[in-house]
Amino acid sequence: MGLYRERGVVLRTIKLGEADRIVTLVTEGRGKVRAVAKGVRRTKSRFGARLEPLSHAALLCYEGRSLDTITQAEAIDHFRPVREDLERLGRATCLLEVVDAVVQEGEADPRLYQMLLGALRTLAANDAPLLVPAFFWRLLAQQGFRPVLEHCVACGSGGALVAFDVGEGGVLCPSCRHGTRITADALGLLRRILGGDLVAVLAEGPLPAGPELEYLGTRALEHHLERRLRAVGVLDRA
Amino acid sequence: MYAGPVQDLIEELGRLPGVGPKSAQRIAFHLLKLPKQDALRLARAVTEVKERVTLCTRCFNVAEGDECGVCVDSRRESGVLCVVEEPRDIVAVEKTHEYRGRYHVLQGAISPIEGIGPDQLKVRELLARLEPEEISEVILCTNPNIEGEATAMYLARLLRPLGLKVTRIASGLPVGGDLEYADELTLGRALEGRREVEA
Repeated sequence: MGLYRERGVVLRTIKLGEADRIVTLVTEGRGKVRAVAKGVRRTKSRFGARLEPLSHAALLCYEGRSLDTITQAEAIDHFRPVREDLERLGRATCLLEVVDAVVQEGEADPRLYQMLLGALRTLAANDAPLLVPAFFWRLLAQQGFRPVLEHCVACGSGGALVAFDVGEGGVLCPSCRHGTRITADALGLLRRILGGDLVAVLAEGPLPAGPELEYLGTRALEHHLERRLRAVGVLDRA
Repeated sequence: MYAGPVQDLIEELGRLPGVGPKSAQRIAFHLLKLPKQDALRLARAVTEVKERVTLCTRCFNVAEGDECGVCVDSRRESGVLCVVEEPRDIVAVEKTHEYRGRYHVLQGAISPIEGIGPDQLKVRELLARLEPEEISEVILCTNPNIEGEATAMYLARLLRPLGLKVTRIASGLPVGGDLEYADELTLGRALEGRREVEA
């Protein structure tokens, strides 16, 4: 049958026609789903806030040729503290954008889905300044681009490591250096993020190495995705 | 497919929002059948709108001339500004007959996913109006969706230190709606913003 049930997080919405929207979701069992929500933009819509970006919802959809149609939606979580705080909202939008870029239609990636939900729940509980860089790097690792951090990626020497190259996918020693400079603090933090120390990292306040890792993570993601990420830093420019 | 001018007309109509090739063809043939002066009236309306209508230099509403009707109107309450995303929103607020102040149109909303930040909106122009017009209250009347909320939060943070009253329009249930179908976020906010009944 064409009807199916799915749980998902709304990544983005695009206006369609007079009162409809195309909603892009990342779902547990079907990867990315693009579906039409009829009449959502009307004030009296049954969907209301359930299909706004950032909402976690249980849906009933039916399959269409290119787009599915959402017939019912029930909210699981709105992440309200995230919506009502500009900083957290900015961070959450960065996550939504990269997940939208990574996840594929019809390819379930339950770990990615859980990672996004976990990150949003963390953000709803407490603001975590290091969440965006941590998420970016964990996502790279999860998608198979775990960077080499223990020794120079070019010659294998284990001494001082001073640069990071997105193309090589790892850190470099002073004699092989190219790419971007990386400080010892940032390297240490990155090892903690990709090691088992994520919870402690997320509980920390703003660190000077945070923006550096966010910048590097953005470059690395852009390199592998072959597109620019737009959400990073939009709200910081203010 | 058709003679040159007809094909051109169909193609131009086909660029309008929501008009597909088939509808474009239907409208084009309707125009062809129309008496000449009726069709020319439409053409004149289009030229006129493009020649005479600009954005109000003060509030960025659509205007004929330098300033829009609302800004020029001296009966309007001064000191209050209602900040909206689009000129269309002014019409929606005006229809309520509940607001007598002036407006400021941002010409959009902050949308990190589209890469639209505050610098692409008319925020600087809003700040520049506050002092000369002696504004004491700013009503944040952006859409209650994620972009609108982000814009409202951003503006609130910018305006509050300036010592003005900054208010946000309330969220609640539409009149004539069903409680059963209300989403949790809206219903939650409606409860939060409940008012004592004056009997």
